[in-house]
Amino acid sequence: MVGASHYLILSTVVFSIGVIGVLTRRNVIIIFMSIELMLNAVNLNLVAFSDHLQDLSGQVFAVFVITVAAAEAAVGLGIVICLFRNKETVNVDEIDLMRG
Amino acid sequence: MEPYLFYTLAVILVTFAILTVTASNPVRSALYLISALISMAGLFFLMEAEFVGAVQILVYVGGIMVLFLFVIMLVSVREVTSQAKTVRQWKTGAVLGVVLAALLCIFAVKGTQVFEKALAKPGVIEELQTRNTESVGILLYSTYLLPFEIASILLLVAIIGAVVLAKREI
Repeated sequence: MVGASHYLILSTVVFSIGVIGVLTRRNVIIIFMSIELMLNAVNLNLVAFSDHLQDLSGQVFAVFVITVAAAEAAVGLGIVICLFRNKETVNVDEIDLMRG
Repeated sequence: MEPYLFYTLAVILVTFAILTVTASNPVRSALYLISALISMAGLFFLMEAEFVGAVQILVYVGGIMVLFLFVIMLVSVREVTSQAKTVRQWKTGAVLGVVLAALLCIFAVKGTQVFEKALAKPGVIEELQTRNTESVGILLYSTYLLPFEIASILLLVAIIGAVVLAKREI
């Protein structure tokens, strides 16, 4: 029998893989993809609780998370294009415009 | 049947998630992420959340990931892959990530021991679960109407923001 705890541990593992991606990679696009992975792990959590508690609110919140992820991807990739046009790089180590 | 499907999808999901994070070519990374998202949608179907699973495939795989692939194409893959792959402190980052995973797993296990007995009430809306999309839609347009409208404003702001950012001269 697969209970809610199985889904929670799976989403924990996927979330942590996303965190490792954000912390270790240099390419800003791959960092964005790691963030998408983390948001999806949160969705898995919400749907698992929705299934466990027999309450559909969790699924509605998962839809909202997908909406916010779409908005975030659009704006974030706009920033990446803007940055690439001005600095010719997508390496986070070389992006230090705000350093004092 | 359900456990086999769950473990198969879980193994596929974790494998492709690791490949997404470790692949050196961003295009490959995006394709691995698409595979991971599809197996995540399979998990949603397994939990009888058909609407969320369908939205996952339509919006994530069909929309967001295509956007990612376009941007990767625009910023020239050759320039991206010629650079060093990871940051200088990647060992520290990986260790911190593993510690975070262990801590969250401990909390998940300890927490479920409490709530699995206390909160489980199966079969309350079994009739609603058979019409998942309809039920989610009704909930979205009644209880969560205000958040729904706010989400639409957020999307409008994101559209304008993306256009302004990507435009050369306004």
